[in-house]
Amino acid sequence: MRMSGIRVLDAFAQAYVFVFRGSPLLVQIFLIYYGLGQFRPTLQEWGLWGFFREPYWCAVLALTLNTAAYASEIIRGGLQAVPHQQVEAARACGMSGFLLFRRIVFPIAVRQALPAYGSELILMVKATSLASIITMMEVTGIAAKLISQTFRAVEVFVVAGVIYLILNFTITRIIMAIEWWLSPHLRHPPAVKPALDAVHV
Amino acid sequence: MKFFKTVSLALVGSALAIGGAAAQGKTVKIATEGAYAPWNFTGAGGKLEGFEIDLANDLCARMKVKCEVVAQDWDGIIPALNAKKYDAIMAGMSITDDRKKVIDFAGPYANSPNGFLVAKNSPLAKMPGTGQAFNLGTQQADAEKAIDAIKPLLKGKTVGVQGSTIHSNFADKYLKGTAEVREYKTTEAHDLDLAAGRIDAILADATGIIGTLEKPEFKDYALVGPSITGGMLGLGVGVGLRKEDQDLKKAFSEAIQGAIKDGTIQKLSMKWFKIDTTPKS
Repeated sequence: MRMSGIRVLDAFAQAYVFVFRGSPLLVQIFLIYYGLGQFRPTLQEWGLWGFFREPYWCAVLALTLNTAAYASEIIRGGLQAVPHQQVEAARACGMSGFLLFRRIVFPIAVRQALPAYGSELILMVKATSLASIITMMEVTGIAAKLISQTFRAVEVFVVAGVIYLILNFTITRIIMAIEWWLSPHLRHPPAVKPALDAVHV
Repeated sequence: MKFFKTVSLALVGSALAIGGAAAQGKTVKIATEGAYAPWNFTGAGGKLEGFEIDLANDLCARMKVKCEVVAQDWDGIIPALNAKKYDAIMAGMSITDDRKKVIDFAGPYANSPNGFLVAKNSPLAKMPGTGQAFNLGTQQADAEKAIDAIKPLLKGKTVGVQGSTIHSNFADKYLKGTAEVREYKTTEAHDLDLAAGRIDAILADATGIIGTLEKPEFKDYALVGPSITGGMLGLGVGVGLRKEDQDLKKAFSEAIQGAIKDGTIQKLSMKWFKIDTTPKS
């Protein structure tokens, strides 16, 4: 929307990114869960209470809204970093509109945005540790519960840390694989066998 | 494991240094939660207030030491005591066998009933056993019969408890499978969710519930159900101390005995809870 050039859409997107990127995720979770919980009659009227009643959906909503704000800025950066010459060259070849976007702009933008987006994914995995404050028992919540039963803080938190490491290791590998697949031009070209017949000429 | 212990020791190294200095200057650092009204809470002015803050000041005067009361999250309040971040815990903590494995207690300085907080118009308001008290330690059969009597009503309902408490342990043991149990970080958080209608009942300390009932949002709610204490629900509320600090334990025990005898605890209890929670010895 910020790229659309339409002022209303641009303002809306800017406000959204400003709010969700500028305030702590913890505060957003609190606002969505406990804050909206106070407007139960209104939400019931709108038929949305079934959604906001469950801590799971509140956590998913908060995390989605938050990561969407970051991701939109990352993608915007990727789109704006597409070299002008490439677009001009494509235009010169007669491409326009959707074809230009599909063949030239989008692949280059994705390639450029991917490393930053990978970091954002990892941040999001780690941010799920905040969900236990609204009674969602995720890794950190369960760790805290185990500590309260065993009083062994170090051991339990080390294990919880390892679980996050494994998750993030998997994500980084997947992102690396996609990066590799998207940038064939950066790979070593396959070794070309010397053309034997050229010798005879 | 040794490595991790070294790392954790390094992390709390600075805290240790502070703790060591405090013991010499006869300043006792007492941790409280600061979110458990009326036991301990953060007042409008941002200062800690409540039954335990008043009692801590009284006990310290009796022990002739300087005290500093600090707020600490309930999660991890025991590990941080053993890591010497402070010297004592006064945070409405019940004396249980599980906790006694890792820390020591002086007291009890209070013994309060438990109960359920529910909406007056909910079917749970007719919970049997309201007003009755059972000791899970000494009359286990009777207590379990009382628990079985409330189970049919709780079937399929959602019960909120504060995590890492005697109430969450109790709910895990007796209510799991009957009701859905949700764990909150603070009692204030489960109060909010009961008011929002996300949960049907709260299992908590009756004194805490009485405090909650005074808020205008809770005028249509009531304290119901049998009060079950003893056994896994503990032997009253005491001062949590490190096992090696036997001198401090002795000083606290004597001070608590003094405060019980001269009626200070009863006075403070009536002031903050409106009921007498003085432990009967």
